[in-house]
Amino acid sequence: MAQTQNKKREKQKDTLSKVLRYIKKYWFYLVLSIILAAVSVVLTLYLPILTGDAIDYIIGKGQVDFASIFAILRKMAVIILITAVAQWIMNVCNNRMTYHVVRDIRMEAFEKIEHLPLSYLDSNSYGDIVSRVIADVDQFADGLLMGFTQFFTGVITIIGTLLFMLSVNVKITLVVVLITPLSFVVAGFIAKKTFSMFQLQSVTRGEQTALIDEMIGNQKIVQAFGHEDEALEKFDEINGRLEKYSLRAIFFSSITNPSTRFINSLVYAGVGVAGALSAIMGGISVGQLSCFLSYANQYTKPFNEISGVVTELQNALACAARIFEIIEEEPEVAEDEDAVVLEQVDGSVDLKHVYFSYTPDRKLIEDFNLNVKPGQRVAIVGPTGCGKTTLINLLMRFYDTDSGEILVSGEPIRHLTRESLRSSYGMVLQETWLKQGTIRENITMGKPDATEEEMIAAAKASHAHSFITRLPHGYDTVIGEDGGSLSQGQKQLLCIARVMLALPPMLILDEATSSIDTRTEQRIQSAFAKMMKGRTSFIVAHRLSTIQEADIILVMKDGHIIEQGNHEELLAKGGFYYNLYNSQFAK
Amino acid sequence: MRKLLVYLKDYKKESLLAPLFKMLEASFELFVPLVMASIIDVGIANGDRTHIMKMCGMLILLAVIGLTCSITAQYFSAKAAVGFAAKVRHALFSHIQSLSYSEMDEIGTSTMITRMTSDINQVQTGVNMVLRLFLRSPFIVFGAMIMAFTIDVKAALIFVVTIPLLAIVVFGIMLVSIPLYKKVQGGLDDVLLTTRENLTGSRVIRAFHKEKEETEKFREKNQTLTALQMFVGRISALMNPVTYIIINVAIVVLIWTGALRVESGNITQGEVVALVNYMSQILVELVKLANLIITITKSVACGNRIESIMEIHSTMKEGLGVEAADSKNEDYAVVFENVAMRYQSGGAPAVSGIDFKVRHGETVGIIGGTGSGKSTIINLIPRFYDTSEGRVLVDGQDVRDYTFEGLRDKIGIVPQKAVLFAGTIRDNMKWGKQDATDEAIWEAMTLAQASEFVEQKDGRLDAEVEQGGRNFSGGQKQRLTIARALVKQPEILILDDSASALDYATDAKLRQSIRSMKSDPTVFIVSQRAASILHADQIIVLDDGAVAGIGTHESLLRDCEVYQEIYYSQFQKKEA
Repeated sequence: MAQTQNKKREKQKDTLSKVLRYIKKYWFYLVLSIILAAVSVVLTLYLPILTGDAIDYIIGKGQVDFASIFAILRKMAVIILITAVAQWIMNVCNNRMTYHVVRDIRMEAFEKIEHLPLSYLDSNSYGDIVSRVIADVDQFADGLLMGFTQFFTGVITIIGTLLFMLSVNVKITLVVVLITPLSFVVAGFIAKKTFSMFQLQSVTRGEQTALIDEMIGNQKIVQAFGHEDEALEKFDEINGRLEKYSLRAIFFSSITNPSTRFINSLVYAGVGVAGALSAIMGGISVGQLSCFLSYANQYTKPFNEISGVVTELQNALACAARIFEIIEEEPEVAEDEDAVVLEQVDGSVDLKHVYFSYTPDRKLIEDFNLNVKPGQRVAIVGPTGCGKTTLINLLMRFYDTDSGEILVSGEPIRHLTRESLRSSYGMVLQETWLKQGTIRENITMGKPDATEEEMIAAAKASHAHSFITRLPHGYDTVIGEDGGSLSQGQKQLLCIARVMLALPPMLILDEATSSIDTRTEQRIQSAFAKMMKGRTSFIVAHRLSTIQEADIILVMKDGHIIEQGNHEELLAKGGFYYNLYNSQFAK
Repeated sequence: MRKLLVYLKDYKKESLLAPLFKMLEASFELFVPLVMASIIDVGIANGDRTHIMKMCGMLILLAVIGLTCSITAQYFSAKAAVGFAAKVRHALFSHIQSLSYSEMDEIGTSTMITRMTSDINQVQTGVNMVLRLFLRSPFIVFGAMIMAFTIDVKAALIFVVTIPLLAIVVFGIMLVSIPLYKKVQGGLDDVLLTTRENLTGSRVIRAFHKEKEETEKFREKNQTLTALQMFVGRISALMNPVTYIIINVAIVVLIWTGALRVESGNITQGEVVALVNYMSQILVELVKLANLIITITKSVACGNRIESIMEIHSTMKEGLGVEAADSKNEDYAVVFENVAMRYQSGGAPAVSGIDFKVRHGETVGIIGGTGSGKSTIINLIPRFYDTSEGRVLVDGQDVRDYTFEGLRDKIGIVPQKAVLFAGTIRDNMKWGKQDATDEAIWEAMTLAQASEFVEQKDGRLDAEVEQGGRNFSGGQKQRLTIARALVKQPEILILDDSASALDYATDAKLRQSIRSMKSDPTVFIVSQRAASILHADQIIVLDDGAVAGIGTHESLLRDCEVYQEIYYSQFQKKEA
């Protein structure tokens, strides 16, 4: 138990030091903020002394020294003004610092997402990642801002008050100093207890976000199956747990304030008694007592705030820890220092003794060999789940091989820059993905400097032009998240146009036309054929008509190539391919 | 925001008790300066030690009562706030589920997700804070004023001027910043969208090595968000300094007035101290109130955003239900009567003039080019969208007369996009039918050609499915989604181009097994493969949203030009 506690504390400390690293960049604002905090605190503390002095000049009926009071009040006015200005600038500094730090963290998290290996993205829920980058960072910002604004002022107020009090009366100061540490103890105890509760809350929240992402993201299917009630039931189950954990976290952390306020009141009572007794003996004046009382309030208030801040910071740290988990996730294997930029792509691709599996216990591709000569058209067929898509993952280096190597133009791809490798392939996947933006932006994704004519030519070649012109704003129509209202087929046509425009030296077409009707497909085929001329291409397709003209047809099953040859050869062989081919005419 | 508050009604007791206990605590706090004044004026002036000790005991008693009240209040408010948030979350989730396809297209997924998550959290914090402090702070402010009146009316007038002035400042800043917080939230939405997009599109983005550009885009959006946040921050940062000035100037005036009143013998020195204390108490409370108001503005903005989703009502009115007897004797399973349908966003109708009848047990093939309206037609059968003109009848009854459940119970759908859900395979299969036995599931699997690979999975039906079914290939997912629809044993089965990821052999086997189903469902097959629909009893050929021909394969091949073109693009002419 003690050990896990230690570990937790260690982890918290670790997170804190990481946060501090981000803050370092804004040290100027930090220093300015601290100086201004000091100025405003000292002046704030000086004010009660002046008030006390003024009250001492108001002794009783006919015993009021108006001239002295007026002088003091004038001084007070100036101090008030300076304090307010210092406070404002300090707040602005803190704002600036917080939002910049948060911006930096969010940015870094995003950059990390761009460089995480696909194996990480494929195996983690998007909802959870999104929740970390958005909700956790947001909560962290709140905590941090509160920390900045209240932590410094709090600490400086405590020190300042102590000094001022000592300068007035040592004995009464002792009363204050002796009782207040209690406040620390209480706050510390509560904070420690609540950290794990906040973490539990955070985890459950992540779980819930994942469910929301899944169900709402696929709401249409949920409705089609009338699964609303079950979804709601599952949601409610998590919701119920979240309610329980949140209640605990929030309630226990909210005890802090009343408890420290209680200790405040004790201090106040203590000062009242000690002060009054010493006033009777002539130790201090009534004005000084009034000043002391207001100090007693001010001295303990920052303890309140600091302890409040501490819980808030705990919460913020828990959130930060979850963000750092992403930021620190192992990125894709770094490129070699001397990674080569693939420039002259002749189009030859060699796979030598390639082994690969997603999970060690389930072997997928074993001892895979393939030699593709420049300009050859390679078709890959086989039953679903035989490893076709995996092969593409390897070619594009979305995943690295477990052993063996893949060479492009004679260069091992591990030794190439990812950018040059990937940009030498044009890829159209079955799962179409479009970004939010105009149709134009989506088509010119691979070649941003394309002219209008080039873009339209590409759209025409992929037979997307006619439906695009029918959209409300033609090429400038903004499409929503993930293609929005476009049909699967239309999306696929846009993906094809995208590749047609970029025209890279090698092509990968993974079920590129699966959602396009055959009439259109046949028209596109001619454009494809033109495009594939002189380009090494890999084609995964179910429609055998698409494949017939390939130079090499690989028939895959369970991660192995079981047959290899051209259409005629394979038909003549009368094997797996033969059966596959004939089945399309079956009843 | 107001409409959300109904979800607090189960927490009436808590939401009354929390502020009540807070007020109790506050009122005890208000006695403290009076006790202190008595210490000064009676204890010190007369050198009465026992009085001082008695008053000190009084102070401690007040503190203990305060602590008890306050913890009670914190508990009730936490309970109410958390419970409220859970209820809102539940309500919103179920509300979103009641929306029709049109509304969901309109709102967008990521908006719905932010509303469900961070917006509700923000509202929860707001409610918690309001219950704790919103009554307490004004109570102390006005309480202090009333106490001041009991001391001296003339000095109390300063309070009367100060408090409205403070109110103007506080509410002024609040009014300015509420719309700004809305903008901040919008910026956050934008950042969320980019993040999501980059997760779902990671392959394409990397293939086009757009990482840098996307990062740049994110940087821009992030920067916009930061700039907005700082702008709002600067405005709300005014709150503390300005209130500080007002209060302290008031104290200065108070001392001066106090001096005059003491000089004329109306009040004592101790009472001046008490007045100053009351004024400081107002400042402390106001600082809290100011922070609270920031939280509230944020929460109200979030609450309004949640409410705006709650206010979007499904444009579809659910029917009252149909007597089973009315439909049994009907010849036709599905009838389209001169149907046209227009999507909200698109201008021209997606389909129009659709007119056909389908008998029970028939198989209907729907074929046509990309965007010709195939999916639109089949989306009308389970009433995912409403027709703009004409009507759709299922078992002789207008689909608008059915309850959603009653209608959709009859229908099994395999959507274009194969989506599975996190859980086990069995969980996914039970989507079709809650109480499906393993036997029934396996039967459906066999029909869907899925049993083979499922049997090879560790745990078979208990094998884990990851979110979105990522751990299955496209073809496997498709077969599982088909099985999912079959488990339901629907009267009408709709396959919306759902064999696209299957090879021809599997596709053919699948069709055969569906034909052999004992329940003999009416089947709609949407496909682009002529081979998949070749043997249908009726084939509907669509071209640009209109029917180009209806008939059997033979008749269409003879008379329908569009069909001929489609067919011959897939089969060499010699085979015809």
